[in-house]
Amino acid sequence: MTDGNDPAATPLLTLRGATKRFGDRVLWQDVDLDVRRGEVIAVLGANGSGKSTLLRAILGLEPLSAGSIRLLGRGVGRGSRRIGLVPQQRLADDGLPLRGRDLVRLGLDGDRWGLPLPRRAARERVDELLAAVGASRYADAPVSRLSGGEQQRLRIAQALAADPDLLLCDEPLLSLDLPHQRMVARLVDDARTRLDLGVLFVTHDVNPILDIVDRVLYIAGSRFRIGTPDEVLRSDVLSDLYGVQVDVLRLHGRVLVAGVPDHQHHDDDAVLAPRAADDHAQTGGAR
Amino acid sequence: MSDQLSQVLSEVVDFSDYTELLPLLRNTIIACVALGVVGGLIGVFVMMRDMAFAVHGISELSFAGASVGLLLGAGVVPGSLIGSMLAALVIGVLGSRARDRNSATAVLMPFGLGLGILSLSLYSGRASNKFGLLTGQIVAIDNPQITSLLVICALVAAGLLVIWRPLLFASTDPVTAQARGVPTRALSVVFMVLLGAAVAVSVQIVGALLVLSLLVTPAAAAMRLSASPVRVTLLSVAFALAASVGGVLLAAGSSVPISPFITTISFVIYGVCRLVSGARGRV
Repeated sequence: MTDGNDPAATPLLTLRGATKRFGDRVLWQDVDLDVRRGEVIAVLGANGSGKSTLLRAILGLEPLSAGSIRLLGRGVGRGSRRIGLVPQQRLADDGLPLRGRDLVRLGLDGDRWGLPLPRRAARERVDELLAAVGASRYADAPVSRLSGGEQQRLRIAQALAADPDLLLCDEPLLSLDLPHQRMVARLVDDARTRLDLGVLFVTHDVNPILDIVDRVLYIAGSRFRIGTPDEVLRSDVLSDLYGVQVDVLRLHGRVLVAGVPDHQHHDDDAVLAPRAADDHAQTGGAR
Repeated sequence: MSDQLSQVLSEVVDFSDYTELLPLLRNTIIACVALGVVGGLIGVFVMMRDMAFAVHGISELSFAGASVGLLLGAGVVPGSLIGSMLAALVIGVLGSRARDRNSATAVLMPFGLGLGILSLSLYSGRASNKFGLLTGQIVAIDNPQITSLLVICALVAAGLLVIWRPLLFASTDPVTAQARGVPTRALSVVFMVLLGAAVAVSVQIVGALLVLSLLVTPAAAAMRLSASPVRVTLLSVAFALAASVGGVLLAAGSSVPISPFITTISFVIYGVCRLVSGARGRV
């Protein structure tokens, strides 16, 4: 605001004509999308519609078939400090020598070379991050002993540790009960307002985050639709996307979608975990 | 009966000339300190990356390399290095996932052992040398050998210290590490090279069959006691040093190779750690 420009007007992330194909199969085509600071966009669609592949493309881990993705005006490399990721995958390996605070510390400077020397500034920052997500109580417990909800709090603290501009959430609500789903939504909302982040939130169920969503990117059958929840989550819009009759019901503030064809696609990108051909399922092939 | 027992015991442990023996063991003790440090450090990552079985496979191939080196007159050290490097890289490339890695290891291992046995049976030199590659040295390490061993250990330790943080990130949380720009693929290749080198030097002291006692057991024991990466690393190094140096000091008073002492100390430490962690439900 100080320089007279409205910073919200300059998009954080810009997709132009972004297209992803695997062989003959088109996941999504010609996606134009601007993500602004302080904005939460829900990425919805059936399993296998390419939601997580989109996140991998934004991270620069999956090349586009056509089009471009720019973050803060620059192309994306292989991974970025400017992007925080909240993955779905649990770190459940028993005996993994990692405590809550270590997980958050990795988010702070785990990508730097050398030894993780104990620095006072780093410790204070980690404590602050843990407090912000309400995880101070179990900061010293082994991560593998924590529940899904507790791990997800730590994941959010870890994703925010390097002070990112963009937050990507890849199905972080899976296998959480409703109160914990609401808790994750609240923490993401809090981070968005506090840090002025842009957020892309991949989920199969929009309801737990409906209150915090500004816009929806709905992907189905190689096509997509972008707009506010009220513009996109409608029977006519989704019926058009899927090419069959789909009914969207609004019931007590919840959105219920009925008639989405099952197993329309291969279920190959339900989570952001590396593909089988990739090289780091080192933690015991955790899928 | 009791005569026989005491005779066996005196062969295993006899400290009568202990003070005269110690200076002769200087090299071996230095080697075991270096091995203890390297084994303790790299073991932590071996455990995190679930590669204990791969370590065993690499050591069998290292044995094969050493035997071929002995047969061809190229020397045990370069042979074991080449063997374990090749094995480490093959396992690293073929086995990115734990399941693939286990089968790749299981396929390579008997091949390596067979090749080693073939080379040894064709070799006409001293017999104690042959046996030592599988089950460990009797005692002395000569000067050229200690130099190469120390240089390799120093390189492995230095390499680990440089890549420590990103390797920890990539080993415990690969998806997030990759998203943050950690070069996980390159790191895993570098790690396999360092692991290959560490195995090759360990084979020369404890023998191919017993490498796990230095490269895996101490870290596994440490993980029973703590979940802090720093504390686990320090404990792992301490345990590995206790086993390797303790092993030499005990073996000095006997005609038995060092390795049974090392493996026994290592095993006892692990057993105690398990009991302790069981008693307090691991904090």
